[in-house]
Amino acid sequence: MREYDVAVIGAGVTGSAIARQLSRWKMKVALIDGAEDVAMGASRANSAIVHAGYDCPPGSLEAELNVKGNALYTRWCAELDVPLQRTGTLVAAFDEEEAENVRALYERGLKNGVPEMKILSGEEARALEPMLAENCVCALLAGTGGITCPYEMTIACAENARKNGVDWLLGRKVSAIRGTEAGFVVTAGYEDIIARRVVNAAGLFSDDVARMIGDDSFTVRPRKGEYLLMDRSAKAPKYVIFQTPSRLGKGILVSPTVDGNSFVGPTAVDQTDKTDTSVSQEGIDQLRRMAKKSAPEMDFRNVITSFAGLRAQPSTGDFIIRPSEADGRMIHAAGICSPGLTSAPAVAELVEKLLMESGLTLTEDPAYDPHRSHIRRFRDMTREQKEAAIAENPLYARVICRCETITEAEIVEAVSRGARTLDGVKRRTRAGMGRCQGGFCSPRVMEIISRETGIPMEKLTKFGAGSYLVAEKTRSGEV
Amino acid sequence: MEYRYDIVIIGGGPAGLAAALSARETAPEAKILMLERDKKLGGILQQCIHNGFGLHYFGQELTGPEYAQRFIDQLEAAKIEVWTDTMVLDFSSEKVVDCVCAARGYVQVQAGAIVLAMGCRERTRGALSIPGTRPAGIYTAGCAQRLNNIEGYLPGKKVVILGSGDIGLIMARRMTWEGAQVKLVAEIMPYSSGLNRNIVQCLVDNDIPLKFNHTVTAVHGQERVTGVTVSEVDPATRRPIAGTEEFYECDTLLLSVGLIPENELTRGAGVEMDRITNGAVVDQFRQTSMEGVFACGNVLHVHDLVDNVSNESAIAGAAAARYAMGQKAAGQVYAVKAENGVRYALPQRIVAGDAGKLDVYFRVDAAYRNPSVQVLCGDKVLYSRKKQIMTPGEMEKMTLDQGLITGDITVRLDK
Ligand SMILES: Cc1cc2nc3c(=O)[nH]c(=O)nc-3n(C[C@H](O)[C@H](O)[C@H](O)COP(=O)(O)OP(=O)(O)OC[C@H]3O[C@@H](n4cnc5c(N)ncnc54)[C@H](O)[C@@H]3O)c2cc1C
Ligand SMILES: Cc1cc2nc3c(=O)[nH]c(=O)nc-3n(C[C@H](O)[C@H](O)[C@H](O)COP(=O)(O)OP(=O)(O)OC[C@H]3O[C@@H](n4cnc5c(N)ncnc54)[C@H](O)[C@@H]3O)c2cc1C
Repeated sequence: MREYDVAVIGAGVTGSAIARQLSRWKMKVALIDGAEDVAMGASRANSAIVHAGYDCPPGSLEAELNVKGNALYTRWCAELDVPLQRTGTLVAAFDEEEAENVRALYERGLKNGVPEMKILSGEEARALEPMLAENCVCALLAGTGGITCPYEMTIACAENARKNGVDWLLGRKVSAIRGTEAGFVVTAGYEDIIARRVVNAAGLFSDDVARMIGDDSFTVRPRKGEYLLMDRSAKAPKYVIFQTPSRLGKGILVSPTVDGNSFVGPTAVDQTDKTDTSVSQEGIDQLRRMAKKSAPEMDFRNVITSFAGLRAQPSTGDFIIRPSEADGRMIHAAGICSPGLTSAPAVAELVEKLLMESGLTLTEDPAYDPHRSHIRRFRDMTREQKEAAIAENPLYARVICRCETITEAEIVEAVSRGARTLDGVKRRTRAGMGRCQGGFCSPRVMEIISRETGIPMEKLTKFGAGSYLVAEKTRSGEV
Repeated sequence: MEYRYDIVIIGGGPAGLAAALSARETAPEAKILMLERDKKLGGILQQCIHNGFGLHYFGQELTGPEYAQRFIDQLEAAKIEVWTDTMVLDFSSEKVVDCVCAARGYVQVQAGAIVLAMGCRERTRGALSIPGTRPAGIYTAGCAQRLNNIEGYLPGKKVVILGSGDIGLIMARRMTWEGAQVKLVAEIMPYSSGLNRNIVQCLVDNDIPLKFNHTVTAVHGQERVTGVTVSEVDPATRRPIAGTEEFYECDTLLLSVGLIPENELTRGAGVEMDRITNGAVVDQFRQTSMEGVFACGNVLHVHDLVDNVSNESAIAGAAAARYAMGQKAAGQVYAVKAENGVRYALPQRIVAGDAGKLDVYFRVDAAYRNPSVQVLCGDKVLYSRKKQIMTPGEMEKMTLDQGLITGDITVRLDK
């Protein structure tokens, strides 16, 4: 049996950030996930906003970690080469009741220690953001709010952790955890491993993981959020525009993405099924209707895809980050709902502290390197850089995804970094994320993955498990 | 600049091929270069291994690759230089073409004239926002065609096809032949956007049901598609009618919901675009708003028959050659307007001067019975013809006497 000092269950942004934080110490860490890639849960489909922190209830762990996490993002993104744009976020009010809410948010932000906030008049807000509806009466501007790329953040943390010695155990769902003298025996897929400490970062399923050691102190419920994503050619806002919670519900937001697209969302629908990420017609209709309120110019002819994510709503009403009462050697980082993406670096620091307090002695690893870089994007290179890149690697001259101008070199690099599925390549390179949504490049990307990994075409999947892409060889065989 | 050519053709599909050959005929001495991002010429025809190409152009039924090969065979004799594995990234109004090329690296080419022949892409589910899950097994028909015909893999075994575009119809037949079961073709409109010929040969002959006024209202399955819900729509609003939902068990959903010209380069260069065709605005020589830049084939507007692509591209190629040799068409410019049942007409502009015949292509915006097509110039009727049936799926052509055009013209239906 392989032995680890710490097994982190869940390779979402929470688990990956924790793994990265722990990788600076001399110890053996495993990052385990049931999915065949990192970032397959909530960390894949969310609003991608680095929240300023005025929204969380004062005094909550959420509020504290949000504000801390927000500040840490600058360094983390710089070290990990993850896009971060501090665009500023706007909460817009369209009547007096909503204006009251905006002022309340401002007050709450002050209590939470949020810097750089300002209440703008409707005119001032529209001067900043021309897409904002004309009847905006006032808006809260939070200068530290911004946008990032959530799966890129997760992948970056996980890659950096691996570079510093963390093992990825993917496609290994944890089905049992047994406490022993030395720690735990964790059944991860086909393999039992021994871990002195377990970190429970299993998102929506973190209550199930807690229950594996007899801890039923909390439950986690799914709340769906649906989105419509617009093509890059559509007019995009410059700021993240929130609506205030009002009688009509929580409101949806309109936002740019770091890749130049824009989206509207999310809806908020409570459900019982923890795996159902389907998009509903009601959801789509609601988004179209409500987006018009804050940005009437949003053009829905440019929708290129719709998707949904599941928030992990904890029964306690706050992040659950503490040792388990059933066995203090399991540390929960559970029920990480929004703003969990923003909070991740701060959650990682807190979990590190809790592990130390649990009796792990940590010595610094002098070889630790906090840096990781993104796969070099051909599209973003200058002409000279393009020339040099092609001279060095002719695969840079082969454009595979024409919508996003992604080259074969980038795809090969994604596979070498661990992508095994079509979606894995897509998230690491953007191949298939453009206006044709992979209609053109999917067969070509499949060919490259198959060639590079030796996985036959019939065994390739979209995102693991049963998501196979083709049924069988044709009768006529290769044409 | 290291590379200079009189005529640069972007795209080596049927449009680019026909344009290149006709440019050569017009300008026997010109330096002509064709840029193609694929490893092979022929464009989308390479994957169209079925019969039915060339009936009009060659008076003979050919497969897609055979049709393309007829042109490719002539290229060498015509001394047309071809760079394959070369993707054009952009071009400027000074006619500098930037491209990346496996053999040459990052290259800039100075062109005397440019012919745009980049073809089109397929619309996707996103454009329709079908509710439901996002499992594997949802393909555009052309993507499935490539998997099946080029890679040699059957995409799935139980299939529902959304949309009755030609590629979907052809794939319904192909997948049936390969042993898959095609359960339904659902078409939201009351008529097909495909050719009647294909409906008969691909669906009727294989007992595949086609339901008009029906659409897919949900996709099911977490990992791979397990089924789709199909609903009838109200023909007036196109909204699904509650209570008409039917579940179809399947592992594959093919989308055949239309094509969009691939004009990112064109837009990037600042060429004037037509909001209806999604292609450039052109005159009868297929010259765009940018002097010396021509467009033809599916990048200009979506054609149903490759034969029409070849014809159109011959015009563009010849005109590009004349331009490159210093013969510029000049004269009064008249607009061609489409109204009252006509969705678009092409060319959108006419340069006065010629006395010959002028072909105008157009599509109607809905299905019509016994309409009459009219072309008006002021209060003059230049053309009037009764038709039995007209649908948006079939591109129409009419020939006008150019000498009679003395102002803007309007193409319309008398319904
Ligand atoms: C609609 C929506 C919008 C949001 N918007 C924002 C936002 O704008 N800003 C922000 O800061 N936050 C936002 N969030 C919150 C943020 O996305 C989450 O807090 C964050 O992604 C949670 O990360 P996680 O790692 O805890 O969970 P997840 O990303 O869900 O990861 C948990 C992982 O655990 C794995 N797992 C579960 N059980 C097991 C098991 N038994 N064995 C092995 N592996 C297991 C799963 O496969 C999964 O990969 C949003 C969330 C949603 C859903
Ligand atoms: C999937 C599909 C199936 C079809 N089936 C039929 C059929 O059965 N019968 C029929 O008559 N018609 C059919 N058609 C239509 C017919 O194929 C087209 O009318 C014809 O191929 C259009 O020719 P084209 O040259 O304009 O475009 P294409 O054939 O698409 O050729 C465009 C070429 O330009 C290249 N290109 C694009 N951008 C760049 C760039 N930036 N740099 C370099 N090169 C570039 C492409 O690689 C491609 O080779 C089908 C079309 C599609 C999309």
